[in-house]
Amino acid sequence: MNFPILSSLILLPTIGALFILFTKSSSGKYQSSKYVALFISLANFLLSLYLWYVFDKNSIDFQFIENREWLSGFINYKVGIDGISILFVILTTFITPICIISVNATIKKRLKDFLIAILIMETFMIGVFCSLDLVVFYLFFEAGLIPMFLIIGIWGGERRVYSAFKFFLYTLLGSVLMLVAIISIYWITGTTDVEKLYELGIKAEYQNLLWLAFFSSFAVKTPMWPVHTWLPDAHVEAPTVGSVLLAAILLKMAGYGFIRFSIGLFPLASENFTMLVYILSLIAIIYTSLVALMQEDMKKLIAYSSVAHMGFVTLGIFTMTQQGIEGSIFQMISHGLVSAALFLSVGVVYERHHTRLINKYGGLVSIMPRYAIVFMVFTLGALGLPGTTGFIGEFLILMGAFEKNILVAMIASLGVILGAAYMLWLFKRVVFGEINNQGLKSMKDLKTFEIITLSALVIPILFFGFYPEPLMNSIEASVENTLNMYNFDLINSLASKD
Amino acid sequence: MENFQYILPEIFISVSIMLFLLVGVFKKNSASLIYNLSNISLVILLALIINLSSLDTIYLFNNSYLIDNLSNYMKIILVGSGIFVMLTGSKYIQVINLNKIEYPILILSSILGMMIMISSNDLIVFYMGLELQSLALYVLSSFNRDNLLSTESGLKYFVLSALSSGLLLYGCSLTYGFSESTNFDQILINSTEFNYGTTFGIVFILVGLAFKISAVPFHMWAPDVYQGSPTSVTLFFAILPKIAALSVFIKFLYTPFANMNDQWQTIIVFISIASMIFGAVAAIGQKNLKRLIAYSSISHMGYALAGLATVSNQGIQSSITYISIYLVMNLAFFSCLFMLKRNDKYYENIEDLSGLSKKHPILSFSLLIVLFSLAGIPPLAGFFAKFYIFLAVIEQSMYFLAIVGLLATVVAAFYYLRIIKIIYFDPEKEEYETSHNLGLKITLAISTIFILAYFIYPSGITEIVSKITMI
Repeated sequence: MNFPILSSLILLPTIGALFILFTKSSSGKYQSSKYVALFISLANFLLSLYLWYVFDKNSIDFQFIENREWLSGFINYKVGIDGISILFVILTTFITPICIISVNATIKKRLKDFLIAILIMETFMIGVFCSLDLVVFYLFFEAGLIPMFLIIGIWGGERRVYSAFKFFLYTLLGSVLMLVAIISIYWITGTTDVEKLYELGIKAEYQNLLWLAFFSSFAVKTPMWPVHTWLPDAHVEAPTVGSVLLAAILLKMAGYGFIRFSIGLFPLASENFTMLVYILSLIAIIYTSLVALMQEDMKKLIAYSSVAHMGFVTLGIFTMTQQGIEGSIFQMISHGLVSAALFLSVGVVYERHHTRLINKYGGLVSIMPRYAIVFMVFTLGALGLPGTTGFIGEFLILMGAFEKNILVAMIASLGVILGAAYMLWLFKRVVFGEINNQGLKSMKDLKTFEIITLSALVIPILFFGFYPEPLMNSIEASVENTLNMYNFDLINSLASKD
Repeated sequence: MENFQYILPEIFISVSIMLFLLVGVFKKNSASLIYNLSNISLVILLALIINLSSLDTIYLFNNSYLIDNLSNYMKIILVGSGIFVMLTGSKYIQVINLNKIEYPILILSSILGMMIMISSNDLIVFYMGLELQSLALYVLSSFNRDNLLSTESGLKYFVLSALSSGLLLYGCSLTYGFSESTNFDQILINSTEFNYGTTFGIVFILVGLAFKISAVPFHMWAPDVYQGSPTSVTLFFAILPKIAALSVFIKFLYTPFANMNDQWQTIIVFISIASMIFGAVAAIGQKNLKRLIAYSSISHMGYALAGLATVSNQGIQSSITYISIYLVMNLAFFSCLFMLKRNDKYYENIEDLSGLSKKHPILSFSLLIVLFSLAGIPPLAGFFAKFYIFLAVIEQSMYFLAIVGLLATVVAAFYYLRIIKIIYFDPEKEEYETSHNLGLKITLAISTIFILAYFIYPSGITEIVSKITMI
């Protein structure tokens, strides 16, 4: 059982990327590179499913730990997973093959480079969710900027340069403070090993500043309200596949970071700043929902809805209740599937009609009936209809919020209504109504590969919507453990004050 | 007489210089021969230094010359990068008609001067070494004498450098006057009590050294000299004098002036912060790649000095690691620059890189790696360089320095990204020549792989450097 399964999971995509880099495709279309990439990413998906199968869901410890000496004397390369991170790993390995299948439609130039960028990106994303050392985490967290910058910049839309720069610099600016915090933690406690830090704890006097430094990074990445402006730009300009990766996985890094690091390492500071997070989350939920309501560009609308959904996630995490945190994790998984699906759906019509403006569409139901059906499922998933994954996440988060603060919960509930409003209105304007635009009539319904990718997303959204048990089982023990540690630290600090 | 076996490298290189000079004078058209011979002699030199590096600290010539871990390591990276500088530049100087016998000889003498600087343990020996390398560099920077920019840069460098040498000398004389010795160890012993004379001496010496390392506010010469000099000389400027000057910085701060760290720490912190910010901001508007790399090197020196400001072994080691990684990044960057050749003309404006990635995927990928590494983005080597520096800085609780430094990296990231944008996002231009000489290709391959794969085994350099202790 000493096979380094996590490292292979992390490295496999990179090996695939190197393979593609050094092989020449016989035809000019790079079809074979695509099959290699698909094969690698599917193999990785199967590997991660195997991991889930052998994973002991009742244990609260980190599993499959690998610990190697890396920076001699300072820092070890340490990876391991618990019930929370394994879901994100599977989400990543699940979304990547879907992305690779859908490059067909959206990427017209330099397909080979694009596949390499996506595979490298997968390595970094899995690395983020597996790392159990702050420095290793930072390394993967930041390294993801490079391929994403290129994906937006090379294959993006008209304002791609501006968006790519904004994305890169915003995220970098947020993250450098986290680096200061990580190094400070090293000198305060003598280690950056997350497990050891959980045991040792960090002295109360340092926690507030360190929490803020981590927060600055995660808030930008989430993105939370005042620093969310890079997201609509990045989403709109990125190619469809880039948007999918960004929405489905990159945004989840921050939510994951909040649970793993902010709450896990700085419980006292998290308690102090709970109100700040509530307020920012509520503004994100209400304000960006209103903004989303008024968007004319489909991708922008979905981007703003992402900000609102991530507002629910941060709210749920900082309720510090079992339901709230479980709901947040569930919401992140759900949003990962739903937003990926929505961006792919927008990609479908964009590829046929070359515009994302909502008012250029209408009456698609009579031209593309199959499309209308899947798009409806995703819309309902996004607005949180019972029976889809979206419902369970939001419901649990609101339950957690009601337990802690009724006012906050009530305001957040408004967000659910607004969410329904903008999603349904979008659906109405695009799918129903008259066909105003004669150009639309020539549009063809879904192609085979689109049916594959979209139905691959419909199935889990509905399945886990009706039967969330497998996911809940996996996270329950770990969330409980996180909360126990959190409460233990709080009680200890109160006791030491008296 | 037994002292001589320890300075065999210096003797060897001096003899080679004189021998090559004779060959050059008596044998016609021997420029290429001498160039190759010089390269070979540098390789032998490297072997000789490595051979000596197993020994412990040795004082020579009445304690005026010192061979220790610091000097050995610095000499190794100095000569090692010297070899690569020669390898990458060989084609370039032929193309722009600079292949004269003096060129390699001047480079060798300058390296000799730097080796003397690095090993010096006495003000007079130090100054001799400094002037030997400076004189060679004055000529080198104006080597392309028919070019207006090159002559300008030579003159500018000469005037400003002479001024700084004057200040440095004044500082040395003040130090000598108040501490009654020119020997570094003796100065340390004699300067236990605070006095204004030595303090002024430190300030003047630091000014002179800051000039050599092109740190703000003594950086004015760098952009012009970098741009005006032939590119192969710019590469030399960007790496070797910095290694020597940093080594001397470490030596001065931690041997003769070790007791006065509260006097110089503020100065170093100021120079460091000013260089980091200025280098990052001023590079934004640049159009010429050589000018840009000049500003970038100013800000990189700021980070290297930040390590020295910590007054800890950890800090010194981080600075040395930083300069080691910095030199590899520069080698890679300039190798790419040497490849921008079309019809015997070299291109050096940022605009010339437009759309490079379409026709030259490998070259652009190397540039991408180098630029992200210069910006300090993980998992590339440049990140680790900065990481060690900040590890040391934060250990001493100098949070202000750390935060300013990291914010400056964000500003700096902007202009590196701008180059990447031009390479990858912009429309393509004419193709460049694709046949390059082997030395250039090897250098680029080695340095890029080093930068890319550094994270796999990052302890390598740290373990070697950790032997260097000054406190």
